[in-house]
Amino acid sequence: MTVNGRQRPLQGATAHTTALDWLRDTGLSGSKEGCAEGECGACAMLVATPDDNGGTSWTAVNACLVPAAALNGQEIVTAEGLGSPDELHPVQEKLAEAGGSQCGYCTPGFACSMAGEYYRADRAPAAAGDEVCEEHGPNGFDLHALSGNLCRCTGYRPIRDAAYTLGSPEADDELAARRSRPAPAPMPTDFSSGGGRFIRPASLSEALDLLHDEPTALLLAGSTDLGVEVNLRGRRAPLVVAIEQLPELRTLEIGEEFIEIGAALPLSEVERRLDGQVPLLAQLFPQFASRLIRNRGTFGGNLGTGSPIGDTPPALLALGARLVLASAGGEREVDLADYFTGYRQTIRGADELIRAIRIPLPLARVTAFHKIAKRRFDDISSVALGFALDIEGGVVTAARIGLGGVAATPLRAYATEAALVGRPWNVATVRAASAVLQSEGTPMSDHRASSEYRSLMLGSSLLKLYSSTVIESKEVSA
Amino acid sequence: MSALADRPANPVVGLRAVHESAALHVTGAAMYTDDLAAHTAGVLTAWPVQSTNAHARVTVDVAPAYDVPGVVRVLTADDVPGINDAGIKHDEPLFPSEAMFYGHALVWVLGETQEAARLGAEAVKVDYEALPSYITVSEAIAAESYQGIARTVERGDAAAALAGAPRVFEGVTEFGGQEHFYLETHASLAILDSEGQYFVQCSTQHPSETQEIVAHVLGISSSQVTVQSLRMGGAFGGKEMQPHGFAAIAALGAKLTGRPVRLRLNRTQDITMTGKRHPFQISWKAGFTEDGLIQALDATLTADGGWSIDLSEPVLGRALCHIDNAYWIPNVHAYGRIAKTNKTSQTAFRGFGGPQGVFLIEDILGRVAPVLGIDPAEIRRKNMYRPGQSTPYGQLVKDADRLEAIWQRLVDESDFDERRAEIAAFNAASVDTKRALAITPVKFGISFNFAAFNQAGALVHVYKDGSVLINHGGTEMGQGLHTKMLQVAATALGLRLDQVRLAPTRTDKVPNTSATAASSGADLNGGAVKNACEQIRERMAKVAGRLLGVDERDVRFEGGLITGLGKFDESLTFAEVANAAYLQRVQLWAAGYYRTEGLHWNPDLMKGSPFKYFAYGCAATEVEVDGFTGAYRVRRVDIVHDVGDSLSPMLDIGQIEGAYVQGVGWLTLEELRWDETDGPNRGRLLTQSASTYKLPSFSEMPEEFNVRLFENAREDGAVYGSKAVGEPPFMLAFSAREAIREAVGEFAPAGHSVELGSPATPEAVYWAIEAARSAGSASVAATSPAADASAEHDPTGASAGSAPAGADVPALATTEA
Repeated sequence: MTVNGRQRPLQGATAHTTALDWLRDTGLSGSKEGCAEGECGACAMLVATPDDNGGTSWTAVNACLVPAAALNGQEIVTAEGLGSPDELHPVQEKLAEAGGSQCGYCTPGFACSMAGEYYRADRAPAAAGDEVCEEHGPNGFDLHALSGNLCRCTGYRPIRDAAYTLGSPEADDELAARRSRPAPAPMPTDFSSGGGRFIRPASLSEALDLLHDEPTALLLAGSTDLGVEVNLRGRRAPLVVAIEQLPELRTLEIGEEFIEIGAALPLSEVERRLDGQVPLLAQLFPQFASRLIRNRGTFGGNLGTGSPIGDTPPALLALGARLVLASAGGEREVDLADYFTGYRQTIRGADELIRAIRIPLPLARVTAFHKIAKRRFDDISSVALGFALDIEGGVVTAARIGLGGVAATPLRAYATEAALVGRPWNVATVRAASAVLQSEGTPMSDHRASSEYRSLMLGSSLLKLYSSTVIESKEVSA
Repeated sequence: MSALADRPANPVVGLRAVHESAALHVTGAAMYTDDLAAHTAGVLTAWPVQSTNAHARVTVDVAPAYDVPGVVRVLTADDVPGINDAGIKHDEPLFPSEAMFYGHALVWVLGETQEAARLGAEAVKVDYEALPSYITVSEAIAAESYQGIARTVERGDAAAALAGAPRVFEGVTEFGGQEHFYLETHASLAILDSEGQYFVQCSTQHPSETQEIVAHVLGISSSQVTVQSLRMGGAFGGKEMQPHGFAAIAALGAKLTGRPVRLRLNRTQDITMTGKRHPFQISWKAGFTEDGLIQALDATLTADGGWSIDLSEPVLGRALCHIDNAYWIPNVHAYGRIAKTNKTSQTAFRGFGGPQGVFLIEDILGRVAPVLGIDPAEIRRKNMYRPGQSTPYGQLVKDADRLEAIWQRLVDESDFDERRAEIAAFNAASVDTKRALAITPVKFGISFNFAAFNQAGALVHVYKDGSVLINHGGTEMGQGLHTKMLQVAATALGLRLDQVRLAPTRTDKVPNTSATAASSGADLNGGAVKNACEQIRERMAKVAGRLLGVDERDVRFEGGLITGLGKFDESLTFAEVANAAYLQRVQLWAAGYYRTEGLHWNPDLMKGSPFKYFAYGCAATEVEVDGFTGAYRVRRVDIVHDVGDSLSPMLDIGQIEGAYVQGVGWLTLEELRWDETDGPNRGRLLTQSASTYKLPSFSEMPEEFNVRLFENAREDGAVYGSKAVGEPPFMLAFSAREAIREAVGEFAPAGHSVELGSPATPEAVYWAIEAARSAGSASVAATSPAADASAEHDPTGASAGSAPAGADVPALATTEA
C-alpha cells in the first residue's frame, strides 16, 4: 500500500493487525492509540476514496479499527505525511499557532480529521448574507468533521478557531491535486497470517460463493464494530470476508417506488448523496456516532450486527424499510420489522449478506429522529426513536414508530401507532398515545440510563414531537 | 539577584508564545514513551493478569503461560530482589497475594509481541478465595472501614453558632469521582545498559519518586536508576503516584531478561487499574442569617480512598482547606476521614481535593438561596471574603479585594444583568425549555501542603557559542511548563526565545525533584531556572563590564545583546561574552535552586499558612435545559481569572479553558459506575472504556467562550509576578452546575430548592425537573425534618442520578430556629 506517498509492503502484519499497529510497527508513530475503539480519533488517518466524478476524496478514518489487510493496494496519509516540523501543512500551521495542542497526543489525529474537511471538494465559504450555522465556520468548515476526536486538554475552543480560519488549498498542494485522479481500485486479496485469513473477493458472486462454502466466514464492511471486538475483546475470527468495496453494495438510486441504498456505502456517503432528501435520515446522520465512524460505518453493518442499540434500525423501521438479502441462490426482500428475531439474532442466513436497503416512497410527511444520550456528538443512545406520521386534515392517517434501546431487538411501536392512527393530532391524542408509548418494550437499567428514565423518554419523545409540529405550524401560519 | 517578581525591560515572559513542541505535536513527530518503544529493537511487551474478584486471597499458577508461543517470562513476587511495593507508603504490594479490587494486577507476562503477552496472561490460572468487600462509601462507613488519619479543621464554635442561627439547613451531598482519561495511557520503557544502569523512560509527573520506587523494588540505590520523562500525553494528577509500579515492572523485566521492556496500559487496563478523583460523601449542617450571611458550617467529609492510601491524606487535607471556597464562614467544624474500599486507589486529580471541598459550599448555597428567597448570585457575592479576613485554618486571605474586583469586572463584561433580564423574558414565554445564567467565584491556595515539596532545582548550561540549554525538575504534560521555563530563562539572560533550548526532564540532571503538581510547576521550577540563569548572568556581567569598560552593575542583557549603561554605540553579542568568559575561565553553567519562603503548617492541628498565595477567578455560565429530556447546552461562558502577571498569556488561557471544560465534564457528564451488586462481577467498573465513560467532546464546548485575564495582577511571591494556573480554573465549572440548577428551578414555583445529582447527566437533570414540576406551591421549607432527610437519602443511587426514587426525597431540610 502507499503510505505518505511511499510504497510499503504489508510485511509483519497478521490478518488481525490493525492499520494503527501496522503503521506504528513500520516506524510511523505519529498515529496514537487512545482508546482502540474508534471513540477518541487519536489514530485518525486519511484514506484515498473514490468520489462521484471519478476522482478522489481524502476521507478521515480511525486507523485503530481498520485491519491493515483491508487497505491492501490503497493510499493513506498520516500526520507525518501532511507536513513536517520544518514545513507544516496549512492545517498543522493553524493548529499550532492557535494553541490547538497542549499535550499533543490527540493532535495528529485532529490534524488528519481537519485535513479531511480542508480537502472536502464541496466545502465552500458561506456567502454574504447566509445564515451561519453554529456548527459551520465562515469558511464552510463543518465542525462535525471533528466529532470523533477527543481532546482532554484544550476545551476545544482553539481547535475550533484553527478550523474556522482555514483557507483553501493552494494551487501547488499535492494532496489537493491528487483529488482529480481516480482513487486506487479495490484489490482482491487473500491474506493468511497469524492464524487468520482475510479475503477481499473480486466480485459479489465470488463473495456469495465464499459465504456458501464457508458458513463461519465473518462479513466485514467498515470494521467499526469488528475492530472494537478485535481490540477490546481479543476476537480473532478465522476468516474475514471484506465486502465494502463491492460495487453492487455501493449503489444509491432514487426510483419511483423506493430509494435503494447499497448496504456497504459508508453512512457519510449516503448522507452526502441523499442531501436531505430523506429528512428522517438527515436528522439521524449527525447523531450517528462521529464523522470518523460514519466515514467507514454502513447500514449493512449496523443492521448486520443485529444490535438493539444501533441507531439506524429505529429510523429505518419508521421509514418502513425493506432489506435485500443476497445469497448464491438468489435474492429475497424482507421487511425490516420482521428481520430481528432476538438479541443480536436476525433471519439472515449464514450464506446471506445484506445487499441493499429499500426505503418505500412516498415518504411520510412528519418525521423525526430522537436520540437520548449523554452527549450530542458521538454517543451510544439510551433510547432512540424514529417517527414517521402522515397527518391529513388534522387527523393521523398513518404512523410508523421505530424504537431502539428498549428491548433485546429494535422494535416497531405497534400499540402506539394504533393509538394514533385515525385520531386527531391534538394534545389529547398525543397524551394518550404517549402513555402507550411509555409502556412499549421492556427497557433495562444499565450504566447509560435507568429503565424508568428510558420509559419516560419514550413517552416524552412523542410530546416533544407534537410540540415541535405545533410550533412549526404556528410559524407557517404566521 | 533581582527580586523574584521584578521583570526587566522587554521581558520574554508575558509574550504570547506557542507551545515549544507545537510543531512536533501537529506533525506526529513528538515522541511519547511508547513511541520510543516502537523505535526500539528487541523490546518485550508486558501484560498484566488482572483480578476478577473485588477482594480475595489469590493463588496464581503461571506455568500455563509458558506454553504460549512468544512468552518470555512471567514476573511474580518471587522475582523481586528488593521491596515488593509500588508506593512510598508501603501499602501497595507490586505483586499482591491478596487482590484488593477488581482489576488489580497480580502478575505480569513478558512477551515477544503484545499478542503473545496477552495470550500468555489469559493462560495464567488464578484461584480466588473470596473475602468480604466494600464497594460504596456507605458500605465502608457501615463497616467502619477507614484508612489514614482523620483530620478536623475548626474555628469558632460551630455548634453554638448553629444553635443560634436564624435559619439552619442540613443535608447530604454526594458526588462521584472522575477518570483522568489522559489521552496517553500509562507507559514505561526500561533498558538495562552496559554499565548496569537502569534507564527508565516513563510517563510520570514525578520522576524522582519513580526512580526511588524502581530502586527499592530492584534493591539497588537511586544512583543506579535514571528516569526520564520526555513529555506526557496528559496527566492531570493521574501520573503523580500511579506510574511508579509500572516503571518498576518494566525495570524488573529488563533486569531478568536483559532486554528492553515496554509496558503500556491499554485504555481498559488504565481505567480499571489506576486511581481516580476521590468521590466524597458529605453530611452537613449550615446556619444562615435571614439575609443570607453564613454563620456556621458543620460537616463530616468522607473521601472514598479506594484500596490503598496513596495521596488520600493530602487530598482530604486540601478538601478541608477549601470548604470555604471564596466565602467567609465565621464558625467551622469540618471533620474529614478516608474510607477504605475495594476499588482503584484514588489519587491526585487536578484540584486535588479542592473541587470536592468547593463542591460542598457551592451546593449548599445553590440549594438554600431559593428557600431564603435570595438571588443565588447575591448570596454568593455578599458572603465573599473581605480584606483582613482569614480562612478557617487561620491563613490571612491575601489580596481578598481581588475577589470583588474580578466579580464586578465579570458582571460588567458579560452583560450579566441585561442577559438575566433577557433570560427571564425567554423563560416566561417558554414552557418546555428554560435558561439560566449563574456566576460563581473561586479562591484556590497555591503551594504543596507537604512543605518539603515546595523546592525545585534547575541546571543551566551556556556553551562557548552562546547557546543555552536548560534543564529543570518539572515535567511537561501539556500545560506548557517547558515553554514558560524557556521564557523565564530567556528573560533572565536577556535573550530571544529562540536562543534557548530545553532538554528532557531526567533524574540524572536535577535530583530530588518534586512532583509537577499542585499547579506549582512554574512557580517552583521557574524560581530555580531564574536563579541558575542569574548566577551565570552575574558572572558574565563581570566579563562584559571589563569588555565594555563599565562597572558590572551597569551591564544590561536584553534581546540577545549585552550593553553598558550610557554606552549607546557599543554592544556585544551574548556569544561574544560567553566565549570571552570561557577563555577567562569563568564558569558558564549553574545549578539553580528555589524554595518557597514563609510557609508553615501543622497537620495535626490543621492550622497555619500552608499557601504562598491564593489564585482567584469568577465564571458566568449560561445554559439551556430541555424539559422533555433533561438534556442541556452550555450557551455562553465568560471568565475573568487571576494568573498574576501572566508568564505566557495564550498558555494560561489554554489552561483556563481546558480546566473549565474538564470541570464541566466532572460535574455534568463523566460517570464512574461500579457493579455494586452481590453478583459474580461485584466491584467491576462498568464504565471502563471511551464508549461508556464519556468525556466532553466538541458538542460540550461552550458555544461562546470568553476568557480574560485579570490585569495588573502582580504576585510578589512568585516568579516574575505570575500565579499558578493549572488547577484553580477547574472550579470555575461550578458556574455551569449552578446554572443548570437555576434553570431546573424555573420549572418549579419560586422558593423550590433544587437538589441536583452529580454528575448532572441529562437523566439526573430530568429527575430534578420532575421534582421541580411536582413541587407544587409548597416550598421545601415545609418538608420533613432534617434527620429524616439524611436518613432517607439513598447514597448509592440518588446522587449518581440513576434512581428515580431519590428524586423526590427531600434531602435538604430546614428548621426554623
